[in-house]
Amino acid sequence: MNKEKCFHCGDDCDIVPIVFKDKHFCCNGCKTVFEIFESNDLSYYYDLQSAAGATPNEVEGKYNFLDTPEILDKLIEFNEKKHQIVNLYIPHIHCSSCIWVLENLNKLQKAVSSSQVDFPKKMVRIAYNPEKLTLKQLVVLLAKIGYEPYISLDDYDKGKKSVDRGLIYKLGVAGFAFGNVMFLSFPEYFEVQEFWLDQYKNIFRWLMFAFSLPVVFYSAQDYLISAYKSIASKILNIDVPIALGVLVLFVRSTLEIVFDWGTGFFDSLTGLIFFLLLGKFFQQKTYSFLSFERDYKSYFPIAVTRIIAGGKEETVQVYDIKQGDRLLIRNEELIPVDGIVLKGKARIDYSFVTGESEAVEKVSGDKILAGGKQLQGAIEMEALKSVSQSYLTQLWGNSVFSIDKTSKFQTITDKISQRFTIAVLTIAFVSTFIWMFVDSSKAMNVFTAVLIIACPCAIALAAPFTLGNMLRIFGRKKFYLKNTQTIEQLAQLTTAIFDKTGTLTTAQKSTATYEGLTLNKEEESLLKNTLRASNHPLSRTLYSLLAEQDILTLDEYEEHLGKGIVGVLDHNNIKVGSASFVGNASIINQENTAVYVSSNDTYKGRFVFSNEYREGVSKLFSEMQTTMDLGILSGDNEGEKERLEALLPKNTPLYFNQKPEDKLGFIQSLQHQGKKVLMVGDGLNDAGALAQSDVGIAISENVNVFSPACDGILDASKFKQLHQYIKASKSAMKIIKLSFGFSLLYNLVGLYFATTGQLMPVIAAILMPLSSISIVLFTTIATNLVGKKLV
Amino acid sequence: MSVIYVLLSISIIVALFFFVAFIVSVRSGQYDDSYTPSVRMLFEDELVTESSKTQESKKIEQTKMN
Repeated sequence: MNKEKCFHCGDDCDIVPIVFKDKHFCCNGCKTVFEIFESNDLSYYYDLQSAAGATPNEVEGKYNFLDTPEILDKLIEFNEKKHQIVNLYIPHIHCSSCIWVLENLNKLQKAVSSSQVDFPKKMVRIAYNPEKLTLKQLVVLLAKIGYEPYISLDDYDKGKKSVDRGLIYKLGVAGFAFGNVMFLSFPEYFEVQEFWLDQYKNIFRWLMFAFSLPVVFYSAQDYLISAYKSIASKILNIDVPIALGVLVLFVRSTLEIVFDWGTGFFDSLTGLIFFLLLGKFFQQKTYSFLSFERDYKSYFPIAVTRIIAGGKEETVQVYDIKQGDRLLIRNEELIPVDGIVLKGKARIDYSFVTGESEAVEKVSGDKILAGGKQLQGAIEMEALKSVSQSYLTQLWGNSVFSIDKTSKFQTITDKISQRFTIAVLTIAFVSTFIWMFVDSSKAMNVFTAVLIIACPCAIALAAPFTLGNMLRIFGRKKFYLKNTQTIEQLAQLTTAIFDKTGTLTTAQKSTATYEGLTLNKEEESLLKNTLRASNHPLSRTLYSLLAEQDILTLDEYEEHLGKGIVGVLDHNNIKVGSASFVGNASIINQENTAVYVSSNDTYKGRFVFSNEYREGVSKLFSEMQTTMDLGILSGDNEGEKERLEALLPKNTPLYFNQKPEDKLGFIQSLQHQGKKVLMVGDGLNDAGALAQSDVGIAISENVNVFSPACDGILDASKFKQLHQYIKASKSAMKIIKLSFGFSLLYNLVGLYFATTGQLMPVIAAILMPLSSISIVLFTTIATNLVGKKLV
Repeated sequence: MSVIYVLLSISIIVALFFFVAFIVSVRSGQYDDSYTPSVRMLFEDELVTESSKTQESKKIEQTKMN
């Protein structure tokens, strides 16, 4: 068979590829994009990366809502008569070719003045002249070349967002001051009684003071504010000893230079804050192309078509849909509200909602739920509820979605800092007390020295660097976590709950088993050839599963929409389709999807489809069972129960027919028993459970496509590695504890100098960076070793 | 006035100059996306040759017309 790859998108070409200019294409769409690029001097696109393109989708009528001024106003970032700027999210952006072609849009369309791609965010910022090109035309143009922007209800609500660059500024200020203070304080480290130095030391000192002011009051303000808040709520977090250290450093250094006691510790002060901010910066690494906060709004369209009296169509914003409105849902459009089908045949794909990829057929009069995607032709429906009251969207009214998970969790650093702070304060007071009797003039000196040297820079750095690095390692292994705290929580899990459809099973591939009378050679060949002509997803699946046959041309072929297909060859006919269509009255076990076959009007048998489980599910469960309690929560019926029981370890609890709220409630009840729960799911129906669980992980076939709000996104191909990742998280926690040990050793050395009253600025200036750097080195090397073990 | 004041003020002015340059660059959004420019930079050469080619061909056309 011809296995030619498409020149544009790299997919396998059909048996008969489309040939154009000596190049093969899988479909006319791809060929058209190639022609557009070719005729506009953009064929360099294919030199950068071969087969980078995407097949363009049908967009007819889909973007009509972009003609509505109010909606336009919400989407456009900058709006003037002759100049508009818009930021669009384009999921297909994936390689350098994409950047190149999108930044050369002005070659295709002269009204575009400039376009700039933000690759990590998969965004493109386009400036254009609205008098010559409307946003709708621009979006259609992008869709035509395979870069269809994704515009959802989320964009409508968000409005214009600003970027937070606070940390970079703070880091810049601290680094700038640190460098300069270091350079100014160097002379006094070694030459104490030198003539020239004595002459000018005051100017040096006051300059250092000036440099440290913005560091303390701007760069360190987060630590000071956080410490204040934590004391106010009577918890001692790590920011308390840090803020204490910073303030004592600053006050003592200022007093020292005012009364000419010494040079102060401005170098340590600025260095400390610089290193701390560096740790924060390192930890802050997030996956800007992923979103962990999605709710139904990211899935829903901004507007749909409403049919008003007289059969006229108008665009209506989805929030304005009222009960009783008649809506037109086109092919590939999402149903925004619960309703009833009025006209047309609905084939609805609920995979966004349930993870189940197989479409459901509905006819006029049937109820349909919001969140489904219409797959074939257009339907008319009547809205029964408004958007916020629909079955699916109601879930987001639950309070789980408004609670910030991060605030509930006490990190390992916070736990240790509680004891640490108390210990440091005790040492400070005790040693001061002792010095009162030995040499009272030095008592205050010792008190401040203890607080300075005990400032837990290394402790504060251990967790950010370990977890930050672990986060990056996981990211390379296609396990994307929302923040570093999730790793700590992963290490503490006691229970793991899995969704079934779309999580344990794959979304695309199915297996089919044949039940009934054996088909003879001719029948098999006829069946395969009949299926070949059909475009129904079940036919396609069955076609690919059946053994290879010679290609024959049928004498007759008929497709009965929603029922089945008939093929005739040499006076033999074959019927494939629903039970009633092929004439089989006795339907046993309707829980599984099946296709019935009859030959020459006698019933032969049926193909029962069942979901294919992901590779390694069984192994993963038996591994995880040793350390955790497991369970399955499925929204489906019990059709798969036996297969699951065979696949999973014995006594794994299985729960079927679970509604989204049931899943949430189940997780909650486990948590009330004191369990730390991991929820692994994929669809919007798991969203409640994912939000409620301690760690919610969404499984995704394609991480660029949408997954519900969660703490982590795991690429489906890495599903069997899940246990490895949990084990790695546990190792990371061990590394952090070891680094705590190391930094305490450094603190002991420092405390020796402090309590004996011999803390020189130079010792502090050496100890602090030394401890910080060695901790950073240790954690980085150790986490990389752990990461190497991961496959 | 000693030379050290001059030197100190020069060094601080130089440092401040770079500091301001840093602030300006952050403000203009240079640190928002640290990946795309690294790829974009590699296109530039190709683009120049391509556009110069088209320019040349235009020139040739123009000369032909003349």
